[in-house]
Amino acid sequence: MSIESTPKQSWWNRMAHPGQFVAWTTPLLWPLAILTLCLFILGLWFALFNSPEDYQMGDTVRIMYVHVPSAWLSQFIYVAMSASALGTLVWRHPLADVSMKAAAPLGALFTTLALYTGALWGRPTWGTFWEWDGRMTSTLVLLFIYLGIIALWRAFDDQLRAARIVAIFTLVGALNIPIIKFSVDWWSTLHQPASVFRPDGPTMPLSLLTPLFIMLFAFTFLFITLYLKAIHTEVKRRRVTTLQRRAAQKEAS
Amino acid sequence: MIDLGPHAGFILAAYGGVALALFGVIAWTLFDARSVTRKLAHLEAARPSR
Repeated sequence: MSIESTPKQSWWNRMAHPGQFVAWTTPLLWPLAILTLCLFILGLWFALFNSPEDYQMGDTVRIMYVHVPSAWLSQFIYVAMSASALGTLVWRHPLADVSMKAAAPLGALFTTLALYTGALWGRPTWGTFWEWDGRMTSTLVLLFIYLGIIALWRAFDDQLRAARIVAIFTLVGALNIPIIKFSVDWWSTLHQPASVFRPDGPTMPLSLLTPLFIMLFAFTFLFITLYLKAIHTEVKRRRVTTLQRRAAQKEAS
Repeated sequence: MIDLGPHAGFILAAYGGVALALFGVIAWTLFDARSVTRKLAHLEAARPSR
């Protein structure tokens, strides 16, 4: 079905129709990419050239500007996937399936980066690359959940069936997100407690918060740009599969 | 470049690793998009016109 021939539906249904979604989000890609690039240039300038060293950690505090955004995205992407999983199970919406599938590899990547940068920050700060404490272990579990979800998608030829199974697995795995968030409060951990997203406000000075927030936005906009592009590709991949199936059926008959 | 102190190696490895991974995922996303778009165009062209 082409975009032009889509039947008249409610505003929301039309916006979320996979073909329509590709059509109205494609013009957003270039502005998003340019905004992301500008944020990265500004963020890196602040992070490496225009922010002070920490009075305790020295220059290693600069690792925070890539570690915290990666860790934030590792959890944000999972929350986005869980919302899509609800869309799959409750409304059986094809765009929700596509959204879940497109997000998983990006989530796995940012979780890996959170663990990698965390290890490199931990060695000079704590004297160890790794410790089996609550925050690090639950983040490693998150990575395994992402990898399990990617493996599940690949295990099924029938993507509709895969979507329902992946959605249930994703929602069960969502239990790990509050565990990651509150691990530093529930258990005695090497990892410091929350210092940015706190009910009583951040405990960091503005000179460190400025590069951190610019990098948080840069990473988030990079994710949104890549996520949209990956959704477009997945919508097209499904069209390819449909056309190949039709061609094979025609040849067989 | 500023002086990154005694732990410069860790800071550079963190930024370098992140940069490499981000360039990698951007390249992979674009490559995947192009190859699927090309395949779809090929299949659409091969379809009998209605």
